Amino acid sequence: MKILVCISKSPDTTAKIAFTDNNTKFATDGVQWIINPYDEWYALVRAIELKEKDASTVIHLVTVGAADADPIIRKALALGGDEAIRVNADTNDSYFIATQIAEVAKQGGYDLVFTGKETIDFNGSSIGGMVAECLEAPYIALAIKFEVEGSKATVTREIEGGEEECEVNLPAVISCQKGMAEARIPNMRGIMAARTRPLKVVEPVAADHLTAVVNFELPPAKAGVKLVPADNPAELVRLLHEEAKVI
Amino acid sequence: MPVLIFIDQSEGQVKKASIEAICYGVAVAEQTGDTAEGVILGKVTDDIAALGKYGLQKIHHVDNEALNHFDAQVFTGAIAQVIDAIKSKVIIFSNNADGKHIAPRLSVKLKAGLVTGAVALPDTTNGFVVKKTVFSGKAFANIAINTDIKIIALNPNSYEITARGDAKAEILSFSAQVGATKVRVTGVNKVKGEVPLSEADIVVSGGRGLRGPENWGMIEELAKLLGAATACSRPVADAHWRPHHEHVGQTGLAIAPNLYIAIGISGAIQHLAGVNRSKTIVVINKDPEAPFFKAADYGIVGDAFEIVPKIIEEVKKLKGVA
Ligand SMILES: Cc1cc2nc3c(=O)[nH]c(=O)nc-3n(C[C@H](O)[C@H](O)[C@H](O)COP(=O)(O)OP(=O)(O)OC[C@H]3O[C@@H](n4cnc5c(N)ncnc54)[C@H](O)[C@@H]3O)c2cc1C
Repeated sequence: MKILVCISKSPDTTAKIAFTDNNTKFATDGVQWIINPYDEWYALVRAIELKEKDASTVIHLVTVGAADADPIIRKALALGGDEAIRVNADTNDSYFIATQIAEVAKQGGYDLVFTGKETIDFNGSSIGGMVAECLEAPYIALAIKFEVEGSKATVTREIEGGEEECEVNLPAVISCQKGMAEARIPNMRGIMAARTRPLKVVEPVAADHLTAVVNFELPPAKAGVKLVPADNPAELVRLLHEEAKVI
Repeated sequence: MPVLIFIDQSEGQVKKASIEAICYGVAVAEQTGDTAEGVILGKVTDDIAALGKYGLQKIHHVDNEALNHFDAQVFTGAIAQVIDAIKSKVIIFSNNADGKHIAPRLSVKLKAGLVTGAVALPDTTNGFVVKKTVFSGKAFANIAINTDIKIIALNPNSYEITARGDAKAEILSFSAQVGATKVRVTGVNKVKGEVPLSEADIVVSGGRGLRGPENWGMIEELAKLLGAATACSRPVADAHWRPHHEHVGQTGLAIAPNLYIAIGISGAIQHLAGVNRSKTIVVINKDPEAPFFKAADYGIVGDAFEIVPKIIEEVKKLKGVA
């Protein structure tokens, strides 16, 4: 089985969110970059778990980005993965990115494409579905469990207020979230081995941008907390009922 | 060129998130001088004509055996045919689980620009610009859609539901060519009678300060009294005190209820990211320095084990429950 895992570079979860150039660009000064947590914790680790069960499994990683994404994809390789591909392009539009990933997927003939459920910076949750449509493959998003046997996968996905279990024939595209895999950290052996694993850089195929960022805004600051004394919870309930009108 | 709203249903019942999407779509249509129409797939038991009261004029109903189970690919194909038939240029989804499956596929199929996670009506004064959440609720981005057909997926709990009278929508049966499903649904496991977290108006959430799963009785009781959903911080879900789907925050579910009550949660930046779009935040924490107080509207500094039972008594009085 051949699995393609999509890896995205995202700012650390504690990074200060600020903008420059008239609020048109994310201020990257001093920002630490990480593998998008959903890509690492669920998509990649689940792929590694599948490989541990079946050693013939091949895992390729793909990222779309400039050379500054290399340390991130190397870190992902250190967790697991046989080789990585970076499509050397900007990442301003989901459709453009998905087209690049779909191209890599077509060339490689994968049985499975895994993505995280969304990136923690753009929160688009759309790359997986777009790649699936490009490949005319089925797509199951928000997967919390994934098992595969031969060419059939059993997937549990989250729905409003519950779960849905389904079967799907491969090839398929799956977006992964909490529940998919056990937590793990890269070990020294992995880190050393990753150095020798290939990272291929390919140029993008021509594709349109369908959207463009105009600018960013920060949410308005909160007015400040109204503290109620601990011995007077009745006052809190009154405020919620009469002032905030939420209960 | 009507604005088309995808009406998502579960077991024949229209989801609340879709009613929100309808109200949003109707407002978009008003803005662009168009009418608003809906599309619904599969068997329906709800009185969908009644959705006319939100301003929908027509609903295209594709009732086909193959659409009774969810397969994003098949759904996308059916919706695309409706769009083609009515020449719709703006398509609205809820950014809920089903919306996240279909909207991206449709974007590729129609080569239509998509903005997911929209939180406000588009600005159509100069192009077509949609405001969405980014950085997990820590910021917003205004995104221009530069294609002829535009798709928006509206974040749940981002647009107010308002009825506009008692008109009925006209139901039109639409026969679409429906492809073979590649996804077979083998089981649905729904927590009956509980409010889905993503759609809840009120959320009562507990953190590590509650010390263990055995102490969640008061959280559940308060939630039940308020008609609220329950949620938790990440370490609580990681420790299996509560189910994974209750985990809110940057790496869990992002929610935006009217009221979020955080009990024994410190308010780490990753937690705040998923809940800071809540309209009113109440924090109960024994540590006056807990960062959550900075993001709160109301707070009580004190021991949750003493305060929450008292709040429960007060809410009972308010609701007239013995
Ligand atoms: C990459 C990354 C992603 C993350 N994503 C998330 C996420 O999505 N969601 C999330 O929640 N966290 C996330 N975290 C974890 C986050 O950083 C915090 O560790 C976590 O939110 C803390 O959970 P907590 O508030 O329940 O526990 P603690 O931080 O341990 O806080 C417990 C609080 O309870 C209070 N308390 C104790 N006893 C009582 C009492 N008797 N009465 C009242 N108050 C009491 C304490 O004063 C304290 O403030 C993430 C971390 C990382 C690194």
